[in-house]
Amino acid sequence: MSTTDMNTATLVDEEELRYARAEKREKIAKWLLPVLVIALAIFLWDRMVVWNDIPHYILPGPGLVLETLIKDWGMLSDALIVTLKITLAALAVAVIGGVGLAILFTQSRYFEMSFYPFAVILQVTPVVSIAPLIFIYVDSRIAGLLLCAWIVAFFPILSNTTLGLNSTDHNLRDLYKIYGATRWQRLRYLQLPTALPYFLGGLRIAGGLSLIGAVVAEYVAGTGGIGSGLAFRILEAGYRLNIPRMFAALLLIAATGVVIFTAASLLSHALLHKWHESAIKRES
Amino acid sequence: MTLPPSIPPMGQRDKLLEMSNVDKVFGGTVVALKDMNLTVNQGDFISLLGPSGCGKSTALRLISGLMRPTSGHINWEGGQKTGDLGVVFQEPTLMPWATVEQNVWLPFRLRGKSIRDVQDEIMWALKMVGLEKFQKSYPRELSGGMKMRVSIARSLVTEPRLILMDEPFAALDEITRHKLNNDLLELRDKLKCTVIFVTHSVFESVFLSDRIVVMAARPGRVSSEVTVDAPYPRTEEFRTSAEYAELCRKASDALHGAMNEHGTRASA
Ligand SMILES: Nc1ncnc2c1ncn2[C@@H]1O[C@H](COP(=O)(O)OP(=O)(O)OP(=O)(O)O)[C@@H](O)[C@H]1O
Ligand SMILES: [Mg+2]
Repeated sequence: MSTTDMNTATLVDEEELRYARAEKREKIAKWLLPVLVIALAIFLWDRMVVWNDIPHYILPGPGLVLETLIKDWGMLSDALIVTLKITLAALAVAVIGGVGLAILFTQSRYFEMSFYPFAVILQVTPVVSIAPLIFIYVDSRIAGLLLCAWIVAFFPILSNTTLGLNSTDHNLRDLYKIYGATRWQRLRYLQLPTALPYFLGGLRIAGGLSLIGAVVAEYVAGTGGIGSGLAFRILEAGYRLNIPRMFAALLLIAATGVVIFTAASLLSHALLHKWHESAIKRES
Repeated sequence: MTLPPSIPPMGQRDKLLEMSNVDKVFGGTVVALKDMNLTVNQGDFISLLGPSGCGKSTALRLISGLMRPTSGHINWEGGQKTGDLGVVFQEPTLMPWATVEQNVWLPFRLRGKSIRDVQDEIMWALKMVGLEKFQKSYPRELSGGMKMRVSIARSLVTEPRLILMDEPFAALDEITRHKLNNDLLELRDKLKCTVIFVTHSVFESVFLSDRIVVMAARPGRVSSEVTVDAPYPRTEEFRTSAEYAELCRKASDALHGAMNEHGTRASA
């Protein structure tokens, strides 16, 4: 009997070990694989340019793009800051507006009935088609850009947060009622925490959308000069056939998008990892 | 604590609340309760036993004030005060984002009390259910039985006069359920509180209660009442005693009687 016990004990140990090894491997692969694939893609890009003798005004190699990025850093970083400011401001206003409206919606059915269609209309109308009008009616260029980016970004926050605020457990709602909770207490202690994971899901989408909104609006707004963002720099470089600079600016936009998404994911993890299913790591 | 030293025997208890001629009709057509009368005395452990759909949950919701009767009255002796009522649902109904102690704090929190001010009460309630070591845990870290204990701790943290329980252990396995049954009786013995306990289980109702109110369906009403006069404390020995078997047979007969009233079949 003791031998079988021993056997099972060692078996379990081996299994555990194998499992631990597999987990470690997966952890490394999660980082290593994407990095390798990107490195390979850049390498192939470089080789293609060199092997086929592609002129840099058609397709610059990665080295040249990097060189341009460093050379034009003064101008590009200014543009990056402009685009970032508009993106983040639009996102902030989208969060405030989206959450605020969602709260108003759940406080009054009639308010929701009245204004939800407006929100949908704003959402389904492509921003490129509204943007020219916005720039006619809004004098300040910055305000126009902000408005465009906001229109694109706020809807996912609004709809997700509204869904979350309405997803409270009905027994908990009864319990709050029995204990005589006020509307405000119910909102604060029950509805807002319930809505948090939904809101964070919306935030991740809205982060990317506000960048898209900011870039698209800038294309439409056109006129550049001092205080213009990355999108305008791409347009401008295109007119001058400065393809390497187009790529450098593009690289910055993509990097900005990745950073925003990562930041939203980290925030989500930080806020939810203690209790929410989406953020809890399961054993198997 | 101003609890009486012991629960007086049945027949000598003060009245706590009374349901008189209560009707509850949903949507103008579904008669969930028809002319229900029930007197609840201080210290009673009442089980509501009956087939599905006979209005047990409806009766509890009426007593808890979540709904108003269509007609009839529910009167608390001396009026109902805040904190007079504790409730336990079939699911633990905990807030997953809050720790155990924060969940137990809820009834006080909604009365504007800070967690510091009621730390003693929270720890006392957690000790009552044997979870004092888990105050900082999150619900997902607990087993189903432990979650139910937190839910019970929350229901008794305000030292309510009446605790309403709607099939609280129905979703648990048999072993956990027996354990929680024993603990519930121990709690009741310490707190001298009044309990109304909804169950589908004849055995559970006999083990726990001193009054079994058997209900019939269509329309929901009280069919009969079985008195369980076995003395407390009741332990595991009681479960295997001849007295227990006899009482279960009695309650079972009453339940079948209720299901056959007016020709309504048990299978319906
Ligand atoms: N909110 C409601 N609206 C309409 N009908 C309802 C509502 N709540 C309950 N009913 C009806 O009232 C009757 C009694 O329901 P109730 O939930 O009180 O039964 P129950 O005895 O608790 O049943 P179970 O043992 O299945 O929990 C049922 O026929 C049910 O369909
Ligand atoms: Mg029920």
